[in-house]
Parts: sequence; structure tokens; C-alpha cells
Amino acid sequence: MSKQQQHWEKTRNLLFITLAIWFVFSIGIFFFGAEMEASSIRPFGYPLSYYMTCQGSLGIFVILIFWFAGRQEKIDEEFGFTEREDD
Amino acid sequence: MIKGKFIDNLPKVYGIYTGGFLVFIILMAIAEQAGMTAKMIGIFFVSFTVAIYAIIGYLSRTIQVDAYYVAGRQVPTVFNGMATAADWMSGASFVAMAGGIYFKGYGYMALLVGWTGGYVLVASLLAPYLRKFGCYTVPDFIGTRYGGNVARLSAVLVLTVASFTYVTAQINATGTIASVALDIPFGIAVYVGLASILLCSMLGGMRAVTWTQVAQYIVLIIAYLLPVFWISNKMGAGVFPHLMLADEVARIAELESQFGLGTVKNSAADLATVPKGLAGITKAHSEVNTTPWKFISLAVCMMAGTASLPHVMMRYFTTPSVKAARRSVGWSLFFIFLLYCSAPMLATLSKLSLMDPTLPTGIIGKSIAEVQAIDWYQNWNQANLMFISDFNGNGTLELNEFFMGGKAVVLATPEIAGLPYVISGLVAAGGMAAAMSTADGLVLAIANALSHDLYYKIIDPKAETAKRLIVARVLLVIIGFAGATIAALEIQGILGSVIWAFDFAMSGLFFPLVLGVWWKRANAQGAVAGMLLGLASGTAYLVWVRTGGAGFWGITQLTFGIVGSLVSLVSMIVVSLITKAPDSATQKMVDEVRVPSGKTVLGKQH
Repeated sequence: MSKQQQHWEKTRNLLFITLAIWFVFSIGIFFFGAEMEASSIRPFGYPLSYYMTCQGSLGIFVILIFWFAGRQEKIDEEFGFTEREDD
Repeated sequence: MIKGKFIDNLPKVYGIYTGGFLVFIILMAIAEQAGMTAKMIGIFFVSFTVAIYAIIGYLSRTIQVDAYYVAGRQVPTVFNGMATAADWMSGASFVAMAGGIYFKGYGYMALLVGWTGGYVLVASLLAPYLRKFGCYTVPDFIGTRYGGNVARLSAVLVLTVASFTYVTAQINATGTIASVALDIPFGIAVYVGLASILLCSMLGGMRAVTWTQVAQYIVLIIAYLLPVFWISNKMGAGVFPHLMLADEVARIAELESQFGLGTVKNSAADLATVPKGLAGITKAHSEVNTTPWKFISLAVCMMAGTASLPHVMMRYFTTPSVKAARRSVGWSLFFIFLLYCSAPMLATLSKLSLMDPTLPTGIIGKSIAEVQAIDWYQNWNQANLMFISDFNGNGTLELNEFFMGGKAVVLATPEIAGLPYVISGLVAAGGMAAAMSTADGLVLAIANALSHDLYYKIIDPKAETAKRLIVARVLLVIIGFAGATIAALEIQGILGSVIWAFDFAMSGLFFPLVLGVWWKRANAQGAVAGMLLGLASGTAYLVWVRTGGAGFWGITQLTFGIVGSLVSLVSMIVVSLITKAPDSATQKMVDEVRVPSGKTVLGKQH
């Protein structure tokens, strides 16, 4: 397998992980709105369903993108595909 | 004149700007104490900020193609994040969103999740690859990746439909705010708004829009957060409202049942007397009040729409590198997050201010005559954004007898909560900044697609730079005027049009863009089928539901993008597979796009 194919395979795997996490917090948990509301987990005292819609999922997305960017940079570095700074 | 050195000095320049703006707010506060009228404060706030944006727009004028289309590709990560956040957060986010949460609660908050979750798709599926491609516009990518003028033209069509739907809503919002703040009729205010929008974008294209958007972000975020923190502290609800309003949310639920929310209903005859556009509180504040599918389908549409809207995507063409584009998406979402996580808090504080009889600002439970005598009630009643009526004739204002317009939650809450008027002026300036920045991005996206993809790439490929840029500017003015003319007709509310724009973009562009990077086998015929059939079926479904059709799968006029994008996906795959695979040059191009290093696929100047 060429260097480029390996790079793409790793990139694709990272995409799948990222999208899986994204799916859980953007779609998955909202199948259970009522269960979240009844849950005894109450971040900062808010009902869990309310908290996730107004802060929880949103914050996780922010962190997820930065994590994804960091990982992708590592993959690019590994295969020597990092851009020159002055490009 | 500001190149190079200006880029290096960005933190300093915008630091001084922010400081200057804070000083301006303080000066206005002093002027208010000294007796300046509320109207004058509003006029000062709006005209001062708009003048600043116009100056920035003028200073960023350019005669270079790559500066005009992609700001010379030298916008640093964090600043591009701010510009994208302003580009993204429109009048709908700023003015309408807290209102929507106030009235509809949990079901509406699907928009919060959708409008942020979409950025994960932008970062992982598209932005870095399109940046590597080196295109000027979104149709530029489609046209080059798939090859052929038909594909390019189809992309221009989808882009124009989606962005134009969106931009009329934004010009409408600038008009609404300008008419309230400057006290002029809406029909004229729309054109005042348009003039300010064009001032920012015409001379400098993307470069001018970038630097004004950063300035607009700073104004809008201060204007949004300051009242939230102030009200929360004034009410004693918590120093840091985002983490400390749990008791208030619980208190609202308690008051809701005390005031008979959901049990006391208004008769149709009573409701007919309420002015159009105003609503009462009919849904619980924090309770889960919608089915999972309704919530998820709306969120999915907003997410896929986010990843297909060209005015957002083209912001990532302006970063210096692919790596910067990726990180920039993270910063964009961070800056958006600051406002979005505050909107539910504002809705909570606003509702509690009005509802809680133990607070001095509470009006529910007071006598009707007493409420009618309140200054702010009279003002907002006159502006057609507030209404009370003693339906049951007991002389006391009940929860079901109080009606408010969605915009009033953001615009009127500072006044209701007893903050000085200077804050209301600030909020008006913030709303103006939000609507202007988005309108700028959208008008530019349409004009660029038409001037670059239609005029230069298809009609006259030999056109000289000067002529190209003149065409771009003329188109900008024409599109702006067309948008303002339609906005003046007020066909659909701000929020409705915005949601439609997402569905249109998702129907026609989502899969052709994503598969262009992630599926080598996708070819021109498939992409054209995907764009045109997707847009057509989505539009047909919308028309069908609007004209009384029953719909299926619980898909409404707000989520018609699901139909459009599914048709788009299926037709794109089927047509691609039954026609010839793309040639080896195209396949190689896709390979190149997938590697961050090396030259962009399209040249620096094209």
C-alpha cells in the first residue's frame, strides 16, 4: 500500500470515530429526551435533557472539533504531509 | 496600505477597537444620565457602529482578484473564527432565537444543537479539502471536480436559491432594527440597511467583509452577553448565569403550574383579538415537549444545511493553510457557542422577570390597569410587540392573557428588567451587526458565484481582471437591491426563511459536495442529477405541504431538506454508477485534494 493510501485510510478511520461521537451527541441522545429529563444526573442542577440542548452537546462539539484537528495534524505529520508554514 | 503589517498587528488593532467601543458605551451611559433621550441613544449606537464598519470596508478596498474573492488567503485562524461566527449568526440567531426558546422550549432547542453540530461535519468532511482545492467559490469546486459547465451552473443555481432565501430574511432584519432605532418607516429602513451592507462589501469584496465581520462579531457578542450577565446579577440569580440558573429554571416550572399553564386555554374568539405575530406562553420552559423524531429531524436538517451553505464554506477558503482551515472551524464554533449557550439563559431570565410575582419586574398577577400604566409596556405595545387583554374579566393579568412578539425577548428584556436604556441601544447595535454581517456574506457569496462561475468561467473566460471585478461589484449591487425589494414585501418571517434556506442548501449541495471529496467514483452526470433532482424534489415537497398536502414521515415545511437530500443521494449514486467513471485526471485531482501538503489544485490566480 502506498504512503498516500495509508494516510487516507487513517484519515478515514479518524472521520468515522469523529462522526460516531458527533452522532451520539447530536442525534443519539435525543432519542431519549424523556429518559434524560427523568434522570437523576443533573449537571449544575439542570435537568439533563435541558442541559444537553443548551450547553452539553454544544460544548462537546467544540472540544470534538479541536480534538479532531489535533489528531488529523498528527496523521499528516506521520506521513510527512504537513504543509510548510509559509505556504 | 494596510497589507502585511496590518495582518501582524491584528490583535492590537482589534484590541484598540474593542476598548474604543467600550469607552463609547460608557460615554453613552453618561450621556443618558445627563438627560439624553432614549431615541437619540438608539440613533447614536446604530449610526456610530455602522459608520465604523463602512470605514473598515473602505480601508480594505482592493483591485486584486485573490484579495477580492478570498481575502488574499491570509486570514489568521482565530480571526477567521470570529468572522465566521459573525457571518453565521444572523438576525435570526441574535434577535429571534432567544424568543423561540422562550415560547417553544425544548422542541425549539433542536436548532441550537443543529446549528452547532453542523460544524463537526464542516470540519471533518469538507472545509480542509475545499481549502486544499484552492477554489474561489463553492461552484468553483463543483465545476472543477466534476468538470463541465452544466455541473457548475447547477451549483450556481442551488447556491443562489438557498442564499437568496436567506438574504431577504437578513435584509428584513436590518430593516426592522433600523426602523425601530432610527425611527423611520420599514419600507425606507430596508434600503438604509442595504446601503450599509453594500458599503462594507463593495470596494473590498471578501477582504473588506472579513475585517468588518470581525468588528461586527465584537459588537454583537458584547451586546448579547452584557445584558445576560447584568440581569442575572441584578436579579441575584447568579454571578455566572450559565452555570447557576438551575433554581430559576425550576422556579419557572413551579410558576407555570401555579398559573395554570396548559390547563387554562384561550378561546378562538379571544385569540382572534390578539395582534398578528404575537404569542402567549403555551409550552413548558424546560420540559421535554416534543417527540424524538421531530427534534432529531429538525436538528439533522440544520446540521446538513450548515455544511452546505456557501457563505460559511467560503470563509474557510481565506485561511493561509489547510491546517488553519481545520482549526479555524473549531474557533468559529467556539465563538458561536458563546452566544448560543447564552440564549436559553436570556430566555430564562426574561421569562422569570415577567412571571415571578415576588420580583419587582413581575407583571403576571398584577392588575391589568397597573400593567397598562408601565412605560415599557406602552412602548412595546405601540411597536406592536406586546399585548395584554383581560379575557376572563377579573381585572388581573393572567399568564394566558399576556402576549409578546418573538423579537421582544431580546430587544425588550433589558428594559423590562430595569436596565438603563443604554443597554437597549447596545442591543439594537448588536442586532444590526448580526444581520449585516450575515447579509454581507450572503450577498457576496451570490455575487461571487455569478461573477466568477457564470460570467468569467462560462460567458467570458478572457475577461481582464479589472473587468471581472467591475462585473462582480455591479452584480453585488443588483443582488442587494433585489433582496431588499423582496424583503420589503415581508412574505415570510425571519426565522422561517432562514430554516428554508438551510433545507434548500441541504437538498441540492450536501451530497454533491461531500461525495466530491469522499467518493472518487462520483462523476459529473451523477452530481448534476443529485443537485437538480434534490433541489426540485425538496422544493416540490415544500410547495405540496404549504398548499395543504399531508406530507409523510412527519416531515414538515421546516424539514423538507430530508426529502430533497435523500433524493439527491440516491439519484447521484445511481446516475454515477450507470455512467462512465471519471477520467484518471479527475481521480488524481481527488487524490491530491486528500493530501494537505503541496500546491492547491487550482492556481493562486485563476
